[in-house]
Amino acid sequence: MKLSLGKWLLPVYSGLALLFLMIPIGYTFVYSFNDSLKSNITWQGFTFDKWLNVCNVQNGAVCQAFGNSLFIGAVATVAATTLGTMIAIAIVRYRFKFRSQTSLLLFLPMATPEVVLGAGLAAQFLSVGVPKDMLTIILAHTMFCISFVVVTVKARVASLDPALEEAGRDLYGSAAQVFARITFPLLLPGILAAALLSFALSFDDFIITNFNSGAVSTFPKYIYISAARGIPAEANVLASMVFIIAIIVVVTVQVSGAAKARRLAKLS
Amino acid sequence: MAVGAFADRGADLELVGIEKRFPGFTAIENLNLTIPAGSFFALLGPSGCGKTTTLRLVAGLEEPTSGRILIGGTDVTTQKSFQRPVNTVFQSYALFPHMTVLENVAFGLRRRKIADPVAKAHEALLLVELDHLAHRKPQQLSGGQQQRVALARAIVNRPALLLLDEPLGALDLKLRRQMQLELKTIQDEVGLTFLHVTHDQEEAMTMADTIAVMNKGRIEQMGEPQQLYELPRTAFVANFLGQSNLFTGPVVSTTSTAIAVDVSGQKIVVPLERAHRLSGEVTIGVRPEKLTLHAAAPTHDAGRNVMGPGKVIDVSFSGVSTQYLVAVPGVGTLVVFAQNMAFGPAAHVGAEVWLSWNVDHGFGLDDDPADAPRFEADLDTKTIAQQRRSSLLTELEEA
Repeated sequence: MKLSLGKWLLPVYSGLALLFLMIPIGYTFVYSFNDSLKSNITWQGFTFDKWLNVCNVQNGAVCQAFGNSLFIGAVATVAATTLGTMIAIAIVRYRFKFRSQTSLLLFLPMATPEVVLGAGLAAQFLSVGVPKDMLTIILAHTMFCISFVVVTVKARVASLDPALEEAGRDLYGSAAQVFARITFPLLLPGILAAALLSFALSFDDFIITNFNSGAVSTFPKYIYISAARGIPAEANVLASMVFIIAIIVVVTVQVSGAAKARRLAKLS
Repeated sequence: MAVGAFADRGADLELVGIEKRFPGFTAIENLNLTIPAGSFFALLGPSGCGKTTTLRLVAGLEEPTSGRILIGGTDVTTQKSFQRPVNTVFQSYALFPHMTVLENVAFGLRRRKIADPVAKAHEALLLVELDHLAHRKPQQLSGGQQQRVALARAIVNRPALLLLDEPLGALDLKLRRQMQLELKTIQDEVGLTFLHVTHDQEEAMTMADTIAVMNKGRIEQMGEPQQLYELPRTAFVANFLGQSNLFTGPVVSTTSTAIAVDVSGQKIVVPLERAHRLSGEVTIGVRPEKLTLHAAAPTHDAGRNVMGPGKVIDVSFSGVSTQYLVAVPGVGTLVVFAQNMAFGPAAHVGAEVWLSWNVDHGFGLDDDPADAPRFEADLDTKTIAQQRRSSLLTELEEA
């Protein structure tokens, strides 16, 4: 008995945990096919309509919000990744005044509660007189994403042997060539990870966005507002799409990685 | 020489009054050094002696605090690393992990826009016998193969000067010996000037035409390996390059050809031309393999110094030779290497022995004995470097 308990407990527990995690996603996905009118709470019947006409409800408000989120995410990611990578390299490779203080300050946005950060930023924008729109959202997102980029890329820079860059210089590479051909390719996995993280954080953010967005709608904001009167099934469609795309990306990376490892194993 | 062209031959390297200070310490002080074109020059010293800093200064990876660096007569002190006709084989090899072996080797050629970089890279890989692995990534190679790729990546550029930063340190003994000979062969073939930095005295003696022994940011002595070994100028050199038995004492008499030193009541003679200090307290020495063991007091011979009696306190057999430690009252412990010409040791632990050596084999040091009264021999080194060199050659001939 004792043995069979040990044998079954772990799989059952893991299965339940996985199920628990998957239920909301499964619910979202299933209800994207719900033939609902306004409220998407009770099952009304199966339809592909919502997937086919995703941008047609409420004058395309769902798609508008979704597009805004994608745009903000992309711009904030590019800005935060560029700046954050440069900061990370500077902090690891160079000795300058206030280096450790800079390092410490970069941690603050991660430690500060989002409500405080959002409210503080909103107050600053108000006192400086910047109208709240897309730009203020992008600025806010870039600001908190930088911290995550710096932390991620810093670890990668620290593990990079400085002799590699020296070898590049020794082999007639100018500073720009050494960066482009050695430093950047070797940091790329870290930079990509940081960019993905930034995008996810920006796309997902509600609290800071809500304080600094003015009339501009983003996907999380739209969902939050419409939750009061019933989220349209089109939101489920978009959410499901994001989920499916993410799964495809992860699976592709894993499969190609495994294939590469097999090829390497065959070589040696 | 323009960076866009191959050096047709090695170039002289000249360091003039080089000084390098880091915050808190001075790595190199007033270093003057000329390395003639086409030579194999070794900078030998313990870690922290400034030898790697010297190499990095020549490569342009560090800037000297003062002084000038000339390569082939051209002042390169203010040139950046990528503008100098110099290539380095790094201690960690520093192969680019994201490129294939071939791309690693072609890297320098591509940066200088030299025609047909791939074919030239293949040629260099053929030279180090690794062309069949050209499309592998560096991490798929063994340590010795990586070392050869690093070497190919440097020599493919035909630099006027090749810098080697302890490149053989990570290899096992057998591989290291193969690489030593390979390096030497390549140097003969391509005629480059090699500057080799190492803490391995045996490696320096085997490979270099000229050795400079560095200590605390200065060159203690420079010369051919044999000259440095047979006639060290300072106690540091005497002990860093092989082992030495050193004694201190006052000069008691001087003739036209030799000085006599009183070492705890025993009179030791050193020829004038082999002594650096001729009066007062001096430090003199003799190499362990120059000593002969005697079971009884040897008869007086003007051509030989005698010391003893002493007591054998340790015997260790190492194949070709046997190492004896002999404690001589008032003098200290002496190391003796004896070739194993017959079976069995010449003396056992506890035996009373006398030691003698040819007067011409002693040397007198330049050190002030007050600074360094008695230097303990480095007992970790098992056999002397010269034996290593000859055994290495025979071993590789047989292989």
